[in-house]
Amino acid sequence: MSSPEIDALTQALARLPGLGPRSARRAVLHLIKRRETGLMPLLRALEGVAENLSTCQTCGNVDTRNPCGICNDPRRDSRQLCVVEDVPDLWALERSRLFPGRFHVLGGRLSALEGVRPEDLTIDALVARVANGGIDEVVLAMNATLEGQTTAHYLAERLERFPVRLSQLAHGLPVGGELDYLDEGTLAQALRARRPMA
Amino acid sequence: MTLRLGPVQIERLSLTHFRSYRDAVIHPARGANVLVGENGAGKTNVLEAISLLVPGRGLRGAALGDMAQSGGPGGFGVAARINGPQGPVDLGCGTTADAPERRMVRINGAQATQSALSEWLTLIWLTPAMDRLFTEPASGRRRFLDRLVQALIPAHAHHAARYEAAMRQRNRILADERPADPAWLMALESQMAEHGTMLDSARRETLDLLGQKLAVVDHGPFARPVLALEGWIGLDQAAFTQELARGRARDAAAGRTLSGPHRCDLNVTHYAKQQPADRCSTGEQKALLLALILAHAELVREQRGEPPILLLDEVAAHLDPLRRAALFARLAASGSQYWMTGTDLSLFAGDDAMRFYLVKDHAITEA
Repeated sequence: MSSPEIDALTQALARLPGLGPRSARRAVLHLIKRRETGLMPLLRALEGVAENLSTCQTCGNVDTRNPCGICNDPRRDSRQLCVVEDVPDLWALERSRLFPGRFHVLGGRLSALEGVRPEDLTIDALVARVANGGIDEVVLAMNATLEGQTTAHYLAERLERFPVRLSQLAHGLPVGGELDYLDEGTLAQALRARRPMA
Repeated sequence: MTLRLGPVQIERLSLTHFRSYRDAVIHPARGANVLVGENGAGKTNVLEAISLLVPGRGLRGAALGDMAQSGGPGGFGVAARINGPQGPVDLGCGTTADAPERRMVRINGAQATQSALSEWLTLIWLTPAMDRLFTEPASGRRRFLDRLVQALIPAHAHHAARYEAAMRQRNRILADERPADPAWLMALESQMAEHGTMLDSARRETLDLLGQKLAVVDHGPFARPVLALEGWIGLDQAAFTQELARGRARDAAAGRTLSGPHRCDLNVTHYAKQQPADRCSTGEQKALLLALILAHAELVREQRGEPPILLLDEVAAHLDPLRRAALFARLAASGSQYWMTGTDLSLFAGDDAMRFYLVKDHAITEA
């Protein structure tokens, strides 16, 4: 239908999450029509990322600097460390701008069924970071899935011997959520984790 | 809109390309509905269709792909209008030809999840396959017990699923040739203990309530069953965690987890005879099971304020006239809508309150 180059671009875009052949064709047409304002800035942005992309040697975040922007930021509270399963979780927490400390990305969660073992995650690096001292609190921000919670229990076990406070994200009623719409598991969790009114 | 008070009833049931039916519609009565027809005519198919209106795999436990009419276009539909204290609601369930194993659920025309169905209907069923309940392996009785628990404690399924998932992971780690990481095992064991104790206490609570109920109801000519949970002593969370940690080598050798609530068994005894149910006669076993189901229906009505709908497949045939009459009397008094099947109309003779349907040549006609 079009030139091999344009086809190759369409196919590459079609494989992106959330896109498909139809959306990819639309995006390509959009870019072709706007060579200077659309295509070239995109090309430069892609090149910039491709050249400098690296995984932070300290926390496992993906950034174009190493150590990453968060690890380098002197305003960050180095005494608080938040452990997440993967980079999207870190980004979600960063978007909320609520956590003032630094992060540690595990690179997945323990799963015997998928063959993900402790040595496949950056757990030794985490233990080393905590062993180095200077950290008061480790927040275990795993997903509320069985495997996420197993990973949190595992980390708690490994970090038990250090003088740090271990905490975990609360499970239960979502903000703006209505009780009526919650499943029994979530409701039961929320009820068990209830707390006195201040 | 006319708002009819009273227990939840199916007012209209339609089957489309379901099993033996191309297209069938029933307008059931509020109390008894009896499907009569020869063996293989398709009576149980109607009960199975109803059983798809609650979460789970239906009363046969069959695959969805097997339920579409053979020689049909592929895919099937079961739709029901139910009416109760909350007014009329349309429930629908089915598959399509391009996704014969994917169950689609509609509530009032809108797409919904399978679990949302449980908010509208509670069903209890008894099928000939359950005649072997007391003699078959313990797993069948555990599934039966869990269904009874689920009707009273909806969070039960969540804990059961989490417990099983954690156990599968632990078994996998123990089966690995590489040395197991003790902290990983401990993490899984503490999850097993957390959900396992919830699972176990829900079962015990249900058996307690059921036991109390069975002790006070008038069983008439039916036997009184006494229920007990065996095979698992019901440790608390901390003790169960320890028990699992201690059992690692043993479980690794066995290739499975040897202690826990997944090993329990529902033990049923004939009270008057002080005899285990599996040593009672076939007829007595059936009577014990009926007594159990009826008491459970009663319990559900008390706890949820709503009598469940009962699906009783081929129950009348195995009972003598005295017990049959007693069963019909108890069902009529229960306030439930109930469905029965039978090969012979005369089994139900003399009861004017029942609505009969003849099932023949893939069609259902009101008699």
